[in-house]
Amino acid sequence: MVAETARKFEALEAQAQKIMQVFIKAGHEAVSPAILQPAGVFLDVIGESLRARTYVFTDPDGDELCLRPDLTVPTCRLHIERNGDAPAKARYCYNGTAFRFQPVGAGSAHPREFRQTGIENIGLPERERTDAQTVATIIDAMRAAGLKNFKLRIGDLGLFRALIKAIDMPDRWRQMLTHLFWRPEAFRAELQRLSRPAEESLKSIPPELRAAIAPTDLARSERAVVDYLSSNGVEAMGTRSVTEVASNLMWRLADAKSDPLPPEIVSLIERYLAISGPAKAAGACFKDLLRERGSAMTPVIDAYHRRLQLMTEMGVDVVHAEFSAEFGRQLEYYTGFVFEIVAPELGRDSPLAGGGRYDDLMRIVGGKRDIPAVGGAIHTERLLSVVQGGAA
Amino acid sequence: MTEKLLLAVPSKGRLMEQTIEMFAKAGLTLRKTGNERGYRGEIAGLDTVEVAFISASEIAWYLKTGRAHMGVTGEDLIREQISDADERVTFLKPLGFGHADVVVAVPDYWIDVRSMAELDEIAATFRREHGRWFRVATKYINTTRRFFAAKGVIDYRIIESLGATEGAPAAGTADLIVDITSTGATLAANGLRILDDGVILKSEANLIASKVANWSPAARQAENEIMQALGL
Repeated sequence: MVAETARKFEALEAQAQKIMQVFIKAGHEAVSPAILQPAGVFLDVIGESLRARTYVFTDPDGDELCLRPDLTVPTCRLHIERNGDAPAKARYCYNGTAFRFQPVGAGSAHPREFRQTGIENIGLPERERTDAQTVATIIDAMRAAGLKNFKLRIGDLGLFRALIKAIDMPDRWRQMLTHLFWRPEAFRAELQRLSRPAEESLKSIPPELRAAIAPTDLARSERAVVDYLSSNGVEAMGTRSVTEVASNLMWRLADAKSDPLPPEIVSLIERYLAISGPAKAAGACFKDLLRERGSAMTPVIDAYHRRLQLMTEMGVDVVHAEFSAEFGRQLEYYTGFVFEIVAPELGRDSPLAGGGRYDDLMRIVGGKRDIPAVGGAIHTERLLSVVQGGAA
Repeated sequence: MTEKLLLAVPSKGRLMEQTIEMFAKAGLTLRKTGNERGYRGEIAGLDTVEVAFISASEIAWYLKTGRAHMGVTGEDLIREQISDADERVTFLKPLGFGHADVVVAVPDYWIDVRSMAELDEIAATFRREHGRWFRVATKYINTTRRFFAAKGVIDYRIIESLGATEGAPAAGTADLIVDITSTGATLAANGLRILDDGVILKSEANLIASKVANWSPAARQAENEIMQALGL
């Protein structure tokens, strides 16, 4: 890791000033959330790939802390600290350091200590308008910092969620597929599994236990579990209750009785996930594909087009934006619209900025209600290297 | 530093005894120099070799940083402590002792969980019921992460455990464990069961060379002599 020079420090500061001015002018309040964060909250919400790269340590009191790997979660915690559970609207902006372990040979576009300058819009209604504003503001700020040549990439996890909802299948399968969306390989495997007769998946349950479980009677199934345990000399221990074990067995038996997913549904999901290309064309493409799922898809498809329209009105070049249904699979807390700004100099592996909608996050980090939220952040070292025209 | 080859060997217990025995069978006599409790030693008749008696877990670090040219330690410790192990060391020879499997073990009571896939299936429900991901107690943090990721399991928390890991589920500090076992008896005594596809690594003591050590001609020469004696 090359030590940072004073000159680079000053250049980054000057760039951050320009960016922050744009944010503040757009109505964002500058905040400075804590660098040291409780590890638990963070490690629970971020994806495994980021989790393994978070610096975690124990303080002299024995509390587990981490150096923040991004500023979104700290800003959400700040919002809750300020407002408790009162419904409050806020537009924040920040400029601060984030920390991520980088494996050997990660290169200079991936420093382990870097500065994020970004915005978070919390509690604002009119989702598509706020999504569009977030992208427009981030792009304005990057332009103000001197960026000229870039590409916008977008995705929409709301479409995927609506699609899964519109397909007839047991609720538990929906939960499973949504849960696995973040892991393309596991997702594909699960989809294949659900499309085969489930009998196979019951093999690991001992036959006498399987016979004793009542698929719709929890009390009887619990007794079956307790009997099985005592006749095998196994003691219950730890956090999971007998009810949880029994319920899980009941679900699996119920799954085995459900009809497998028909091949045309599997193919529909796969075809949807394969969509990628210019944002407008992609929109037309999934309109055709998803229309057959009935009117349930209409609101999310409309939302997609309205968002594109609003972005155009706000001066974002939507014509050259690129959509990918798979995009967003690496960013676990996002729930809807997602975006990235990439520069040809650095490529897709090192986006200059990124963000998206995270409507579930406030509850996960300690809020008592769901609060709609969307934000984005700029990787300032990368932006500077591109604007200065040097290699990263 | 000298031009000598530094050979790092375990400093105590069965692992040390078996290492000394193994070299002795090949006609190489390892002995401590000076103080009996000291950690420096030599191989009789090979004056280009210096021996360091250190703890098995430190040996991985010696090899990783190139402080030692060669060493004897468990593959489990190398894989855990060196993320790019194959870039930094060469496994020269499995030695047939120090056998231990690194395994994923859950409470035997979890009769509905027998595989990693079934473990993943309960993750979301567990989170809903208990407000947290399930916890895995282990000292093999990196090994656990790699294995779970390869199996597509990501919704869990690791709790670092520095001893008596097998007691963690009963004590309530964790829900399952990743630990070493040689016979499985300790796991069974603690009400734990290895998942059907939960064997992460079948480890044993290995003779290992560092790729990043300073290999002087004298050190190379010494390596050749040791390899020859061992029939490699």
